[in-house]
Amino acid sequence: MTQTETTTAASGGGERADGLLAPVPDDDGAPFFAYAARGELRVQCCAGCGEPRFPPRPCCPHCQSFESLWKKLSGRGRIWSYVLPHPPLLPAYAAQAPYNVVLVELADAPRIRLVGNLVAAADAALNSVPPERIRIGAPVKAAFHETDGGLTVVRWLLERP
Amino acid sequence: MGAARATATLKDATAIAGIGQTPFAKRLPESEKTLACRAILAALDDAGIAPSEVDAFASYTMEETDEVEIAKAIGAGDVTFFGKVGYGGGGSCATVAHLAAAIATGQASVGVAWRSRKRGSGPRPWTNTRVQLPTPAQWTRPYGLLRPADEIGLLARRYMHEYGATRDHFFNVALACRNRANQNPAAMMYDRPLTREMYMTARWISEPLCLFDNCLETDGALACVLVSAERARDCRHRPVYVHSAAQGLPAQHHGMVNYWNDDPLTGPSWTAARRLWKTADFGPQDVDVAQIYDAFTPLIPLSLEGYGFCARGEGAAFTEGGALEIGGRLPLNTGGGGLSEAYVHGFNLITEGVRQLRGTGTAQVPGATTCLVTAGEGVPTSALLLRS
Repeated sequence: MTQTETTTAASGGGERADGLLAPVPDDDGAPFFAYAARGELRVQCCAGCGEPRFPPRPCCPHCQSFESLWKKLSGRGRIWSYVLPHPPLLPAYAAQAPYNVVLVELADAPRIRLVGNLVAAADAALNSVPPERIRIGAPVKAAFHETDGGLTVVRWLLERP
Repeated sequence: MGAARATATLKDATAIAGIGQTPFAKRLPESEKTLACRAILAALDDAGIAPSEVDAFASYTMEETDEVEIAKAIGAGDVTFFGKVGYGGGGSCATVAHLAAAIATGQASVGVAWRSRKRGSGPRPWTNTRVQLPTPAQWTRPYGLLRPADEIGLLARRYMHEYGATRDHFFNVALACRNRANQNPAAMMYDRPLTREMYMTARWISEPLCLFDNCLETDGALACVLVSAERARDCRHRPVYVHSAAQGLPAQHHGMVNYWNDDPLTGPSWTAARRLWKTADFGPQDVDVAQIYDAFTPLIPLSLEGYGFCARGEGAAFTEGGALEIGGRLPLNTGGGGLSEAYVHGFNLITEGVRQLRGTGTAQVPGATTCLVTAGEGVPTSALLLRS
């Protein structure tokens, strides 16, 4: 079973019906997406020393504990940086270009920065926020978008649209 | 007293005795294997060393040719050292460093490092991004952060925000490389001058990066031959000594997306630099010419800071007033670099460093005796200090 899943992922299981790529979670990252499906932004923290870490991984770089828990965060953050990709791009992305990719610094865990998209609504297009509305430092909040494949990804909305 | 003997040092123990390359072009008819053999045989001929004497090979990942095939094809003898360094463009200088270590410790006597690439006519690596998804790319690719230009664009935007860097600063970098390429008949951009207007009106690739902030896609191969310093003195050209070498993989580093590091604007160059200068007899102020990995223009100000040519946040300002041009404070990428000579994962920076210290550069820095060469910043990296 695992063999089959691995093969599928490697040969294109990450592509959604709309042509965008869906995450293919590994064992360490799977809980992030499971919580996102419930509308929760959670990050992996060490059960021993409490330090958050990202991306998820087997043990704590501070105290080397293998015990971890997933701490629920407020879902608030600020834009640390952003880009506006233009073609050449994979076709489904080119169709929405220029779109934005933002890097969000989490309010409750400032050294964790999540790559995502700033959108007008959870299910809106990648280019639904005009570029002139995007600025470094802008406060944002998490929104949850269920992809075609059923997997939920975290997106970002401006706190002051 | 053997136990009390000092640790073997790399400092000036080995030298680059030969360099070789194929033409650079958007499209070359020959295979990567053929191109690799041509570059390696040219480098051995340049050194005056027979292929049968080669007993060490070093390459870096994303290299499609391997030492078994190359050794067989060129007629190498028994090979006693071989290795492949990770992280693509971050490994260019490390190939020379690994050969230097092998030769200095008696594991081999004639080493060859090479790069063969058909990026000009082959597919872009990022179009194959689906197979990367179960890796850390699960956190970036689905959101449309697809290409290296997008990843470095995020760093560049933040760098501009924090330190007041502008597109004019990035243009300074692109222009210096292009001006040098205009002096180098082997460069892909030999006869193609660049103006500020061309730069400012160029199409975007990933805002804030435009077409001219990105390196060229190139077909071509290069190689160099490393031997002991003693042997190099009997070779055809003036030896170019490997004075210091280092690799750098910072704490909590994450490859191209260093945004998960505590401080994403101090990248791998800072880590490599600390080691590089620690074992050198000279400092940044004594570097006559620099060959700094330039897959994207913003990597230059970041690297200038990392390698200690200026303080943090001053890398952009450093590029002003023609500092990177011939006659400036730090002549940069004197063959044209990845931006304007050829993008062969940085290996052309090594061979150009050798030419400068031989005094045979097409844009020669008069009397150059020291050169910094760096590998890709943004990924686990490596660097060399060369001297004549």
